[in-house]
Amino acid sequence: MYVAVKGGERAIDNAHQWLAEERRGDLAVPELTIPQIREQMKLAVNRVMAEGSLYDPDLAALAIKQARGDLIEAVFLIRAYRTTLPRLAASRPVATGAMAVDRRISATFKDLPGGQVLGPTFDYTHRLLDFALMAEGEPPTGAAPLSPIPFPPGGGEAPGPAAPPDAASDAPPSPRVGEGWGGGAPRLPHVTGFLNRDGLIETAEASDRTPPDLTREPMELPADRALRLQALARGDEGFVLGLAYSTQRGYGRTHAFVGELRIGTVAVEVEIPELGFAVEIGEIELTECETVNQFKGSRTEPPQFTRGYGLVMGQSERKAIAMSLVDRALRWQELGEDFTGAPAQDEEFVLMHCDNIQATGFLEHIKLPHYVDFQAELELVRKLRAEAAALREAAE
Amino acid sequence: MSAATPSAAQSEAQSEAPSEARSEARSEALSGGFADAPVQSARAFREVLEAMARPGTIRKVAGARPPAPLSVAAGVALLVLCDPTTRLHLAGAADCPPVRDWVAFHIGAPLAPAETADFALGRWEALQPVTRFRIGQPDYPDRSATLIVECDRLVNHGPALTGPGIETATWLNLPETAAFRANRALFPLGFDCLFTAGDRIAGLPRSTRVENI
Amino acid sequence: MTPSSAEARKAWIATLAKAPPARLADLMPSLPPHDLLRAPEVGAVMVRGRTGGTGAAFNLGEMTVTRCSVRLGSGPVGHAWVQGRDKDHARRAAVIDALMQTDAAADLAARVIAPLQAEAEARRAARAAKAAGTKVEFFTMVRGEDN
Repeated sequence: MYVAVKGGERAIDNAHQWLAEERRGDLAVPELTIPQIREQMKLAVNRVMAEGSLYDPDLAALAIKQARGDLIEAVFLIRAYRTTLPRLAASRPVATGAMAVDRRISATFKDLPGGQVLGPTFDYTHRLLDFALMAEGEPPTGAAPLSPIPFPPGGGEAPGPAAPPDAASDAPPSPRVGEGWGGGAPRLPHVTGFLNRDGLIETAEASDRTPPDLTREPMELPADRALRLQALARGDEGFVLGLAYSTQRGYGRTHAFVGELRIGTVAVEVEIPELGFAVEIGEIELTECETVNQFKGSRTEPPQFTRGYGLVMGQSERKAIAMSLVDRALRWQELGEDFTGAPAQDEEFVLMHCDNIQATGFLEHIKLPHYVDFQAELELVRKLRAEAAALREAAE
Repeated sequence: MSAATPSAAQSEAQSEAPSEARSEARSEALSGGFADAPVQSARAFREVLEAMARPGTIRKVAGARPPAPLSVAAGVALLVLCDPTTRLHLAGAADCPPVRDWVAFHIGAPLAPAETADFALGRWEALQPVTRFRIGQPDYPDRSATLIVECDRLVNHGPALTGPGIETATWLNLPETAAFRANRALFPLGFDCLFTAGDRIAGLPRSTRVENI
Repeated sequence: MTPSSAEARKAWIATLAKAPPARLADLMPSLPPHDLLRAPEVGAVMVRGRTGGTGAAFNLGEMTVTRCSVRLGSGPVGHAWVQGRDKDHARRAAVIDALMQTDAAADLAARVIAPLQAEAEARRAARAAKAAGTKVEFFTMVRGEDN
């Protein structure tokens, strides 16, 4: 039962006033601006957009500032804001194959058409604190400007001849000549397409069925894959990471390789009713991960590679990789695998607990006044103790 | 989009309609929405809410100028209740190109057959048989249709209404009583109705008892 | 509208939507008189992806969008849907869309649309060049026992 409490208005006002002062911190230190957060704390902004489920870097930066850097609180602010927006339309599914990539790597094919593009990555850094960043004011000057190596015009990099498959190694064959992008804008084919050609990997049937939307209808289980992907895309990075790691340690093992990881921008196209055709209304940054998973076959499926998929707003490769592992683990039923009782295989466990706003809302509510509930508990414990004491006395 | 499209094709058309199939909205369809949406829609929503909360009371609304044959009140109801996520069924004379274009621009609600609609708009005769409309499920009674019934006039005279939101009894010139009595018998399932005439609107939720007197 | 002119309109609407709002305002500082058919309205568009990049659609998350529709005194109607929450951007894009259907089209195409397209292409090329600068060739090294 919920019982309202009253009072404390003045204390609450004062607490909020103090919160504002604490947020600002030492007045001798310049105040952060929203553009500074947006540009220089970009990965935090990305995380707030992904888990807040709203792509708007300025709003995410504002939320981070208002939340004093508490990213889950910032996600909460974004979730609250997004409920005030009228839903004007749904986009056409974004074409990640046409992504303008900043980064694109494969752990399964070293010589993929279009090449391995590292992009602005933390990989290969030494994870040593860079005290140069503590020096104030000046932009970094040490690094030489990037040599301009343009993507080849039109035809793309002519993919070299495939390395002859090494009989001694188990390495999969590299893609063959002629699979580079065609004319016009660089179009990087998905790596899984190469395996598709040989029938070595399951195919994903294209469908334009209107997908379920958990922001509009309460989630009902069992969920289809589209609903699971929506839940994981906005799920807490830490929770999804932990689950993905658990599959690697053996709780619902999926034998995943990163077939391809790409980060870049895609155009968002929307059908405009008043125009009668679809137009591009903007561009968003996405991270996409597709895993290639070893699969020995099951009662219903032949031995082949299977796939897990992750797609996340902004640059967020840890989340995208984790999402694709958990997506794959949740597919045990459709692939005819055994349920081993692993948390990552348990749809109810994953989907009902991956949302950090739901979780923190329920978790943190227990700190709010529960005086009446607790009073009832107290009465109950006293009564039980009295009864137990009476029994003891009777026995003696 | 055609109102006669089966529901599966309908949902596909929603996401991936071939662009060639549609033409640009006619210019006259582009006027007649709220001029000051935040204020006008908040006021109008309040009136519709009152109409539903106090069945049989007749409220006045303003702000919409929908194309014929829609009344101002029906236009207002569509503007405040419908959006691209609510399926709308246009019945009879209301299902005409000017209304479709107006709905497409100002509301964006996908048109749907009666059986799958969240909202339906038309005269009472055109909406028949009303047993086609969704009445919700025991675990989700809200997954039901709201009928916006166009009338020639609305007066507090006719069948007696009693039930939640009505202090003692009230009267409304309903087009009939049998259908509403049958609907009441389904409670907590059933459809809800809004009656519109000119700039007037009245509500008849599924919870109201209707009696001929 | 003929298919080819629809394609052309699609292109300029996209260019206007993706233009940096400040740059668009520089190129088109003042707007001719117009009526608002739909005042600039901020809302959300649900962005969809596809399972595995090519499979069934799913809902990824929303993005903020502002839309606006205007009519010029002479009759042409312009529409805009632009990413973000900048109402001036949406209004300016809608007015230019309307003007692009008038005699002013050739002048505007040269003075506003072409520079925006060239700048967008330059930004894309600069970024692609940076990405190309991080392209690697991995070599597989033999490891373990070697006989």
